[in-house]
Amino acid sequence: MQDRAIAGQNTQEVDRKINQDLLGNVLAAPMRFWLLLGFLALVVAMAGGAVGYMVNQGLGVTGLHRPVMWGFMITNFVFWVGISHAGVMLSAILRLSQAEWRRPATRAAEVVTVFALMTAIMMPIIHSGRPWRTLYWAFPYDFSRGIWPNVRSPLVWDPAAITTYLTSSILFVYVALIPDLAVARDRSTGIRKAIYSVVAMGWRGYPRQWRLQIIAGFLLSALILPVFVSVHSIVSWDFAVAQSVEGWHSTIFAPYFVIGAVLSGVSAVVTVMIILRYLFKWHDYITSDTIDSLGRLLVVVALAWFYFFALEILFGLYTLENSELALRKMQMFEPPYSYLFITFLLTAFVIPVPLWLFRSVRRSFLWMTITTILVNIGMWLERFLIIVPGMARKGDLTFNWSTYHPSIIEILIVIGTFALVGMLILLFSKVAPLIPIYDVKEGQILRDKITIGKVDVPAVKREE
Amino acid sequence: MTTQHAQSPKWSMVVDADRCTGCQACVVACQAENNVPLNTDDIFKQKRAIEWIRIERYWEGEYPNIKARFLPVLCQHCENAPCEPVCPVYATYHNDQGMNVQIYNRCIGTRYCANNCPYNVRFFNFWEPVWPESLRNQLNPDVTVRSRGIMEKCSFCIQRIRAGTRRVKKEGRALADGDVVPACAQACPTDALVFGNMHDAGSRVRKMSEDKRHYRLLERSGTDPNVIYLKRVDPTATEGAGHE
Repeated sequence: MQDRAIAGQNTQEVDRKINQDLLGNVLAAPMRFWLLLGFLALVVAMAGGAVGYMVNQGLGVTGLHRPVMWGFMITNFVFWVGISHAGVMLSAILRLSQAEWRRPATRAAEVVTVFALMTAIMMPIIHSGRPWRTLYWAFPYDFSRGIWPNVRSPLVWDPAAITTYLTSSILFVYVALIPDLAVARDRSTGIRKAIYSVVAMGWRGYPRQWRLQIIAGFLLSALILPVFVSVHSIVSWDFAVAQSVEGWHSTIFAPYFVIGAVLSGVSAVVTVMIILRYLFKWHDYITSDTIDSLGRLLVVVALAWFYFFALEILFGLYTLENSELALRKMQMFEPPYSYLFITFLLTAFVIPVPLWLFRSVRRSFLWMTITTILVNIGMWLERFLIIVPGMARKGDLTFNWSTYHPSIIEILIVIGTFALVGMLILLFSKVAPLIPIYDVKEGQILRDKITIGKVDVPAVKREE
Repeated sequence: MTTQHAQSPKWSMVVDADRCTGCQACVVACQAENNVPLNTDDIFKQKRAIEWIRIERYWEGEYPNIKARFLPVLCQHCENAPCEPVCPVYATYHNDQGMNVQIYNRCIGTRYCANNCPYNVRFFNFWEPVWPESLRNQLNPDVTVRSRGIMEKCSFCIQRIRAGTRRVKKEGRALADGDVVPACAQACPTDALVFGNMHDAGSRVRKMSEDKRHYRLLERSGTDPNVIYLKRVDPTATEGAGHE
C-alpha cells in the first residue's frame, strides 16, 4: 500500500520523464540519427538506380532464365511478407491475451509490419516484365469492356491479401498513435504544431475518447487475426498451387510459411528494438525483461517451425519420385546449394535455439542481437532454397535442368530493401514516438508488486 | 454448314519419335514463320534462347554403345493447361479449337505460367528483340513481333489456321486434311510431325494417334495434352539395353 501511495505522488514526475525520453527524438534528433539516415538513404538511392536500370533495359540484366524464372526478388518478397507478421503477432495476440511485457514493443513491431509490407509489395511489381502495366492489373481495369483479372490466379489473391493486411495494419498503428500525436502537438510549435493538430484529430483525452480508442484497438486486434493467418498462407499458395514444380506443390506450405514468418518477424522486432534502444538511449523502456520474454516466445515458435520444416521434407521424400529426389539432392548436397543449406540450418535453428535456452543469453542485448540476426539470415536462405532449386530441377525433362546465379542488379535491389525498411523506420521515429507513450504510462500506473514469501514479484493490477 | 458449326475442329499434332533425326529444320522453320528473335551465342549461353519447338537430345547407354535420342518438344496445348489458371490477367486461355493461346497485349510478364509449365515451353522476352537490317524484310507480316517483358510460345501457327479456314470458306467447302500445315510440319524432311483435326475421323493425326506406340509427354501430370508422341522403334534394342 505504501508503495502505491509513493507511486501516486510521483505520477506527474514520471510522466514528464517518459514524455522527455520518448519524444526526445521527435523534437530534436541526435547527430548519429542523421548520419545513419544519410547512409541508408544512399544505399536506397543505389538500389533505386538499379531498379531504374532494370526497368529501362529489361529483365535481361538479372540472372533469371528458363526455367528459373523467379529468383532473388521473389525470395525477398516472401521474406519481407514474413517479417511483417511480427506486428500482429506481438500487438494483436499479446494485447488480447493481456501480456504486460508487450507494451514497449508493440509500436516498433507494428511499424516494422507496415514498412516491411510496403517494401514486399514492390518486389513482384518491379519483377514483372512490364511493371507499368502491372499497376493497373493490381487495380482491376477495363470495367467497360468486361476484362477482369483472373481470380483463379494466386497472383490476384496476393495483392488482395496484402492490401487488406496493409490497410488494417496502418489503421492499427494510427489508432494507437492518436494519443501520442496529441502529446507531440502539445509540445511542438509553429507549422509542426499545426500538422500534429490535424493528425491528432482533436484528441483531448476525455474519458469517452479513451473508451472509443480502447474499443477500436481491441476490435482491430480481433479483426486482424484472420488476416494474420491468411496473408502468409496466400503467399505460400503462390508456390503450393504450382503443380508442375517439385518442392513447391506441398499441402503443408500454408502453416509452414506462417510459422516461419512469425519466427523471422519476431526475431526482426527484437533486432530493431535493440538497435533503437542503442540509438535513442531507451534503456529504461526496453529492458532485459522484454527481450527475455520475447526470447521465450522465440524458442516455442522456432520449435514449431522446425517440426513443419521436417514434415515438409518427409512429405516430399515420401513419394520417392525421381524429380523430387533430384530436387532434394540439389537442395542439400550439390554445391553451392549444399553450403547454403548448411548455413541455413545452422543460423535458423541449430545455433540460436539452444542458446535461447540460457537465461543469461535471453537477457543479454548483444547475444539477442546476434542470434536474431542469424535467424533472419537463415530464414532468407530458407525461402531461397524453397524457391530456386525447385525450378532448377523442374520435372522429368532433364534436358532443361539448370541453376541460378543472381546478377549484381538483383543483389543491389535486395540490399536496398533492407536499407529502405531501416530508413522508413528511422523517418517514422522522427515524426512520431516509436514507443507508445500512453501505453507505457498505463503500464506504470498498473504496475504493482506482490510479495510471495520473501521475494517481491513484479505484477499488474487490473479491474476486471 | 450446321454440322461444321456444331463441331469446331480440335487441332492436334502427332510427333513420331521414330522418324525424328534431330536435324532441327522444324526449329529454323518456326523461327522464320513466327518472327522468333534470333538466338545469338550470348543469348544461348544465358539460357534465354527462344525456340517454340526444340529438339531435346538425350544420351542413352554408355560409351561405346551410346545412342543419341531426339525428342521434339513444343507447346503441348494441354486441355488442362497448368499455365492458364495461374495467369492473373487472362493473357493465356483455351480456345474452342483445343488450343492454348497467348494474348501478347494482355501479358504483364509475371512468368508464373512458365514456372507452372511442366514442359518448359513458355518463353520470356528478357531483351527487346533486334533483327539486323538485312533481315527486316524477312519478318512475317501475319505475326506480331513481341516486345520485351512478355511471354510467348508455340501457337500451332494460328495465322496459318486462320488463313486456311478463310480460304476453305471462300471455296465453299469443309476443312479437309492437309488444308492447314504449320511451319514445322511443313519443313520436316522425314515427316515426323503431322498436324491435323482430331475431330475428323479420316485425318492422318487421328489414325496415327490410334497407333499402339502412342503416348503423351508426362502423362501422369494430368495435363491432357493435344500433342501425341509415337514411341521410337529400335530394331537393335534388346531387353534392358540402355537401362542400368
